[in-house]
Amino acid sequence: MRSLIGAKQQKWLLLAPALTVLALISFVPFVQTLWLSFSDSEISALPTVVSFIGLENYIYALTDPDFIDSLGRTLYFTFVSVGAEVILGVAVALLLNQQFKGRTLMRALIILPWAIPTIVNAVTWRLIYNPEYGALNSLLMQLGIIGEYQSWLGNPDVAMNMVILADVWKNFPLVAYVALAALQTVPMDMLNAARLEGANAWRRFFKITLPWIIGPLLVIIVLRSVEAFRVFDIIYVMTRGGPANQTKTASFYVYQEYFSYLRSGSGSSYAIIVALISIILIFGYYKAAKRQNGSL
Amino acid sequence: MHSTIKRPRHLSCLLYASLTLLAFFVLAPVLWLLLMSLSSPTDLTKVPLQWIPSQWDFSRYALLLDWQNGSGKRFLAAMLNSLIIATSASFIALVAGVLAAYAFSRRNASMLLMFAFLATIMMPPITYILPLYSAFSELGILNTKVSLIICYSAMLIPFAIWLMKTNIDVLPEEIEHAAMIEGAGTIYTLRKVVLPIILPAIGATAMLSFLTAWDEFFYALIFSSDLSAKTIPVAIADFSAGRVTDFGVIASVGVLASVPPVLIALFFQRFIVSGLVGGSVKG
Amino acid sequence: MKLKKIALTSAAFALASVMHTTALAETTLKALFMSQAAYSETDVKSMTAAFEKSNPDVKVNLEFVPYDALHSKIVAASGAGSQGYDVVLFDVIWPAEFAKRGFLLDVSDRIPSDYSEQIFQGAWTTVEYAGKRYGMPWILDTKYLFYNKEMLSKAGISNPPKTWDEMLQQSKIIKDKGIVKYPMVWNWSQSEGMICDYTTIMSSMGGEFFVDGKPAFNTGGAVRALEYMRGSLDDGLSNPSSREFSEEDVRRVFSNGEAAFALNWTYMNALANDPKESKIAGKVGIAPAPGSAGISTASAVNGSMGLGIPSGSAHPDEAWAFISHLTKQGTQEQFSKLSLPIWKKSYTVPAVTNGQQDLVAAAKESIAVMYPRPLVKSYAEISDILQLRIHEVLLGKNDAQSALDAASKKVARIR
Repeated sequence: MRSLIGAKQQKWLLLAPALTVLALISFVPFVQTLWLSFSDSEISALPTVVSFIGLENYIYALTDPDFIDSLGRTLYFTFVSVGAEVILGVAVALLLNQQFKGRTLMRALIILPWAIPTIVNAVTWRLIYNPEYGALNSLLMQLGIIGEYQSWLGNPDVAMNMVILADVWKNFPLVAYVALAALQTVPMDMLNAARLEGANAWRRFFKITLPWIIGPLLVIIVLRSVEAFRVFDIIYVMTRGGPANQTKTASFYVYQEYFSYLRSGSGSSYAIIVALISIILIFGYYKAAKRQNGSL
Repeated sequence: MHSTIKRPRHLSCLLYASLTLLAFFVLAPVLWLLLMSLSSPTDLTKVPLQWIPSQWDFSRYALLLDWQNGSGKRFLAAMLNSLIIATSASFIALVAGVLAAYAFSRRNASMLLMFAFLATIMMPPITYILPLYSAFSELGILNTKVSLIICYSAMLIPFAIWLMKTNIDVLPEEIEHAAMIEGAGTIYTLRKVVLPIILPAIGATAMLSFLTAWDEFFYALIFSSDLSAKTIPVAIADFSAGRVTDFGVIASVGVLASVPPVLIALFFQRFIVSGLVGGSVKG
Repeated sequence: MKLKKIALTSAAFALASVMHTTALAETTLKALFMSQAAYSETDVKSMTAAFEKSNPDVKVNLEFVPYDALHSKIVAASGAGSQGYDVVLFDVIWPAEFAKRGFLLDVSDRIPSDYSEQIFQGAWTTVEYAGKRYGMPWILDTKYLFYNKEMLSKAGISNPPKTWDEMLQQSKIIKDKGIVKYPMVWNWSQSEGMICDYTTIMSSMGGEFFVDGKPAFNTGGAVRALEYMRGSLDDGLSNPSSREFSEEDVRRVFSNGEAAFALNWTYMNALANDPKESKIAGKVGIAPAPGSAGISTASAVNGSMGLGIPSGSAHPDEAWAFISHLTKQGTQEQFSKLSLPIWKKSYTVPAVTNGQQDLVAAAKESIAVMYPRPLVKSYAEISDILQLRIHEVLLGKNDAQSALDAASKKVARIR
């Protein structure tokens, strides 16, 4: 009974540590950012008057065609890398769910890319793509696939995809692991029954396996999408946004407004736009998941 | 569990071919990084490349692992800082996360608050840097490990709560009730009843947190200024921004910086699966 | 609220005075440098050691960051008052912005008046804005033309190019003779470094960034310069990978003997001639960047850097003493292998000229024609706009005129 009486106080006691840290580190700056996004605040060591300017920052950002382009690119990065991670991850999980010699070793091996720090990953792929001495050029040349060395990160038509490849390499293992775990829970009898009814492997996968593992996959898709939409570090190291802006994602604009142009008000509005789109993305996934579950 | 039907020959071939391809895709970049760190500078600038080093060169590792040497000291100090910071932040995030998750799962804490927690990680982290910089400078904790531990905890907590919550949600409440009726307090119940069951989830969260904290670059770049707080990603950026013509140096820094997270990942890998999936699998 | 603040400040004062008496007036300066600045880290450390030796009550904590982090760190620290830095290294393109925002102390009065004459005018523009000085120039730097003497003589060329057109002709000869595949290499990644090259070429062709505050970079020599850059790529004379290269990549390619011509900062002279770093040591020629027939005889961009005192510093006097030490003639002459002094007199001193007569000779000519990038508050934004449009042209995605027109339109949108 004691626990029921104290439930209310207990709730807050349990929340206290998380609340304290987040209130200090995240909420206060969050609210501050929200307010700044409607102001003309700038970074200055001189006393300045900050005034409320309504939606002006948002209008400025959303009428900048370069920023709109960057939003498109960020969505491209998000969908293509997360999409590739999911397809590759599920395929690998199906593969590792088979019985073969050395399965345990193979399962341990694929965690490797994911454990490599982002910065190391970015630096490694940069070296691999190096136009003069890179491994990719040398390999493709020796295999006779290319006739001369290419400038992978300098070519506006492929640079983004090369960055995506590096990102997929690092992040697909997590998806594979989740998918593998989910596969263990697919009821064998359902699969066997379908097999007896003459459903081919393809059909069995889409009708039984996939719906069964989509729930756990969705968790990881949301997680990866939020991360991918804020992507900064890997691009900062690999291309700095070039060539000709082709890898300049939305986070770069936040960075640029704050740290290059010193407009904290405007920078805040860019940040809020990025956060809002993330939330819309998640909401979209959530809706999709609901529909998926409803049809089951 | 698995059907032991004998596989037709052509499927076997396909299976092993795919496995070989997968192994190549996963291992090639890592192996290349390793090879670069052990090749002589001249091998690395040959066209086409000298894949297998003409002579093995361990000098960069000797340099980096020597505390007496300038760059060795920079590197090892950053390694140590990263270890301390990532471990402490993960620990704080776990404790705060489990407690808060329990409040959300079992004490009806408002979901609105949960969303508020999660909303903080949707923001590009760059946004928080300037307000935090002024706050830390007023507290006099700029360029300390403490400031980074606090930042990273804040970054990790929402995620930890979410993972823990999905795992606690699916537990049958009856066991906890039984314990409480016998007079056990909440903390005791949490520790003795709930924790043992969600141990895999805790393992998974610990690992994810550690790797995220180990990875973080931008806060560390701005908030730290010398060996007392510089972390390994910042050290890597320093090494690759400096005047190095030798790719091997950068490669060996990368290899060494990957050792702790790889060990952690290998050790905890069996937890990831049940921890991440535990809450969301039906049945 | 206010009371609390007063209480806090008085507590801080009390604490400060206690510390003052116990620590015997020892001051610790926090100084921010850059890891790739002309001087090496080792150089800066030995200069600092010498300063600490002659000022035993001052200690200096040195911090080295990559160039890209330098600006961010100065900005972030601007809100930290006395917790921030006491000395910062800043780039020639920042004083306008820093002055407008009060990041740096006006040190005009601290500079002895006879210095004005003794130091190159180009160096002074590095630290000046609206008639005031916000620091001391420290690194006097510009881009020089480096050439591979062996390749030129193999091609039967006796003198390095005097004009950009001549450089194209010579490159063509070198390429046609099969001496090297891509005779020219540049750091034309989408970055400030690319703007430096553009500025150099543009200035020699009579182009200007702004006239009467209005964009002029979409007219005349400014357009021709960009067409020149693009043309060298189209003709296969410039290494196509230049479009993703930084200065260090240029040095690597040039030092590996894979280019005949390269534009780079002073520091490459010593390193390309160092057998440990370079395969072409001893074969490196240096000259001022070329000019344009009928317009100019040489060209250069002002790529200097200065040392200033952030406005929040609690130790401006000690900071100034440190800056004075780093920038004084003696120090600069002692460490003149990677960066040439700001002092006019130094250029005849044997300690400076010995072993690098050709560099000093080129410097005399280049320093006289150093062209500034726009000295305006919103330079960072203008540069980003130009970087995008220029890179589009170099990548073959746009033609010079319409790209620069688009840039001019975008510049008008700056708030």
